[in-house]
Amino acid sequence: MIDFVDLWVYLSGSPLLWLTVTLAGYIAADAISAACGRHPLANPVLISVVFISVVLVLSKTAFPNYFAGAQFIHFLLGPATVALAVPLYRHLPEVKRMFVPMIAALIVGSIISITSAVLLAKWLGLSKVATLALAPKSATAAIAMGVAEQIQGNPALTAVVVIMTGISGAIIVTPLMNALRLKNYAARGFAAGLVSHGIGTARAFQVNPLAGTFAGIALGLNGVLTAILVPLLLPWLLG
Amino acid sequence: MLHAFAILLCLQLTGEALVRATDSPLPGPVIGLALLFVWLVARIPLPQATHETADGILKHLSLLFVPAGVGVVQQLPLLGAEGWKLAAIILVSIALSLAATAITFAAIAKFMQIDSEAPEGKRR
Repeated sequence: MIDFVDLWVYLSGSPLLWLTVTLAGYIAADAISAACGRHPLANPVLISVVFISVVLVLSKTAFPNYFAGAQFIHFLLGPATVALAVPLYRHLPEVKRMFVPMIAALIVGSIISITSAVLLAKWLGLSKVATLALAPKSATAAIAMGVAEQIQGNPALTAVVVIMTGISGAIIVTPLMNALRLKNYAARGFAAGLVSHGIGTARAFQVNPLAGTFAGIALGLNGVLTAILVPLLLPWLLG
Repeated sequence: MLHAFAILLCLQLTGEALVRATDSPLPGPVIGLALLFVWLVARIPLPQATHETADGILKHLSLLFVPAGVGVVQQLPLLGAEGWKLAAIILVSIALSLAATAITFAAIAKFMQIDSEAPEGKRR
């Protein structure tokens, strides 16, 4: 008879198990999302994250053990970011045509994203460290964590806020845009990428390739603008 | 597929190297994105499968955020007693910024009469 304890000790020590669980969990979550007609609440990232977190708790697995397997998937974020150049190039005529609306929306969106978060935090009396984590929340994780260091915030807490922003934005963008009766998919995608960086971009690609392209542009542009604006606006907003 | 993936990795690597060399605040992959874009615009030949490979990765972009998302769940205690307030601020702030961004974009596109998304019957 197979000794399940021995088998578990062997499997839990190798990256294969958690890599497989991550892939299988995502495939199941994606199937659920498809079965729900890509309903925004059935977000595949959210479902997989909840499922895997429950499995980790039940199996008493420490995160570093999990990440030893999952890192192979995490690693692909780099080449995927580079790959965003392909849809950008493919939709270049639309992108050129939309240059003026894009730049205007970028400036308006970036300023509102930073100021609304910081002012609300001030109003609700949040701690300094939480307020600082909120300021760069719409930038992609790598940029936001760099900004957090620069403004003497906490990069780990910032990463938590960034991912929460990504998932909640990906969930509310579709119902919000429908409520606003906005049918311009370039505008909808651009907003999703600006506010919810990569996770918003993933959602936009799920809805429409043009929306995904504009989301990818917004993700890049707002990453840069947030890195510039947060250190400039923060003393003024907190003062 | 193999060549295309190697190109993506090479450009990311070049991006990372440029970031280290110039102390840029941008992440290496974003520089890699810019490099690939310039490559495409310059019409320098690329392996045939580059487009398919890029589309293939981007089709499952959501999957790539799962490990980071699981990491965040582990870090949730960091939020402490402020968790609910923080979540409420995030929700209000993103709703405001999503609406402001999309409305600005759509209104200016409409004003300039370049909103191609308008259904037939509307002027371009």
